Amino acid sequence: MENRPTREVVIPGQPLDGRGLRPGSGTYSEGGRIYAALLGIRDERSGTVNVIPLSGRYMPRPGDAVIGQITDLGPGHWLLDINSPYPAPLHAVETPWRIDYGDTASYLRIGDLVLAEVLTVDEIRRVQVTLNRDGLRKLEGGQLVQISYAKVPRVIGKKGSMVSLIKNYTRCRIFVGQNGCIWVDGEPQDAAVAVAAIRLIEQYAQAVGLTEAVHAFLQRKYEKRGG
Amino acid sequence: MEDIEHLEKKIQLIDPSGRRLDGRRPDELRAIKIEAGVLKRPEGSAYVEWGNNKVLAAVYGPREAHPRHMQNPTRAIVQARYNMAPFSVSDRKRPGPDRRSTEISKVISEAFASVIFLEQFPRTAVQVYIEVLQADAGTRCAGITAASVALADAGVPMRDLVVSCASGKVGGVVCLDLNKDEDNFGEADVPMAVVPRTGEIVLLQMDGHLTPEEFDQAMAYSLKATEQINELQKDALRRRYSVSLDEFRAVQPPAPEPEEEPKYDVYHEDQPGVVE
Repeated sequence: MENRPTREVVIPGQPLDGRGLRPGSGTYSEGGRIYAALLGIRDERSGTVNVIPLSGRYMPRPGDAVIGQITDLGPGHWLLDINSPYPAPLHAVETPWRIDYGDTASYLRIGDLVLAEVLTVDEIRRVQVTLNRDGLRKLEGGQLVQISYAKVPRVIGKKGSMVSLIKNYTRCRIFVGQNGCIWVDGEPQDAAVAVAAIRLIEQYAQAVGLTEAVHAFLQRKYEKRGG
Repeated sequence: MEDIEHLEKKIQLIDPSGRRLDGRRPDELRAIKIEAGVLKRPEGSAYVEWGNNKVLAAVYGPREAHPRHMQNPTRAIVQARYNMAPFSVSDRKRPGPDRRSTEISKVISEAFASVIFLEQFPRTAVQVYIEVLQADAGTRCAGITAASVALADAGVPMRDLVVSCASGKVGGVVCLDLNKDEDNFGEADVPMAVVPRTGEIVLLQMDGHLTPEEFDQAMAYSLKATEQINELQKDALRRRYSVSLDEFRAVQPPAPEPEEEPKYDVYHEDQPGVVE
């Protein structure tokens, strides 16, 4: 019975009626009725109806932890690709280092990965990111896995249950950015399993009972080692 | 050599019983098959088979609009590209944009610009690629139908799916969804695209001549057909996201552990082909 579709998929333009509901994210209202604006899962909570997207591009929000790749650098800033339509500048003052003007390249170079936080997003979607928070840093080594940002909550799981599961089995270090960029570092065989598990979560994100299936998948690999 | 495709000839497009060349009644559609999410690289994609038409649509974006002067600081722009493959028609089509495909690309961009919530993505571009693999009249309609499924698949917010269908006049009779021969030898072809929920028309073109009455009849046929096509679009999108965990359970983990002992030291007692 695990394959029953418990979540209702809605399609753009589909009416989302219900008594006294307010339109939330992924919806729009027209002529007093609410419609879905996205392909996604209908979600009703505290009088608001939302559509949880199944795909789409990441839109930066202040406070999000993201993983970005340095694509360009200037004398006092770097440009980060955070897997969104907008490039994110990281200013030298937003780092924990004391950087001389023009010396940015000795700290971060093109292609480097950083775990950063979105600082501000303005009306015309100009983004700024920072490294001045606990735990934010340059990511040395490891590999980058990109998935759709819409599937990040499934990779993290309830209270981080899914990532902890993968971490425990594969003994990898994993960071999941809100933008769908995931950094994995560990022994090559273990990292390969972790990446495969993430890819499977991405592919089967809508299925019910995913955590158990991932658990079984990891068990098949690590029968001898044990959780 | 004689140009047989454009020979002046008398063919009977409608038989005495009112049937068309391919046996359809005037208000009948060709067989339509839609599949969503067929490509891996773009954010969204769809494949449509519409009679003998085969059309692939892919959507990228929203992404940074280039060149920079194309960016609109208040909204996204829609860049649609309709392209016919060289092998899509009976006589090889010279590849690349031409007058016809440039015009179709423009009207398709405008059709989608009116349903996508462009103001949510300032300074970006939504790119829609429509590739006609096999053409048999009505490719722009098949392309729009595919592209709107691809847009939904890409997670682009929009007011509704866009559905498109053509009607025309063949042998003096108003008909729905003309095929190649009817298009070539008929009197008129009217492609249109609608927003099914509101009935808004986002694309309307006409090749040939119709009286106002015939035009109304053609519109009525197309509008009725779009309801049917819309259901196929929705069905394709729902199928895309109905996954089963059974396949997942069969997936084996990658990267076997390296063998501890070298293989040549191992003696296999039950090794096939080894005779004592």
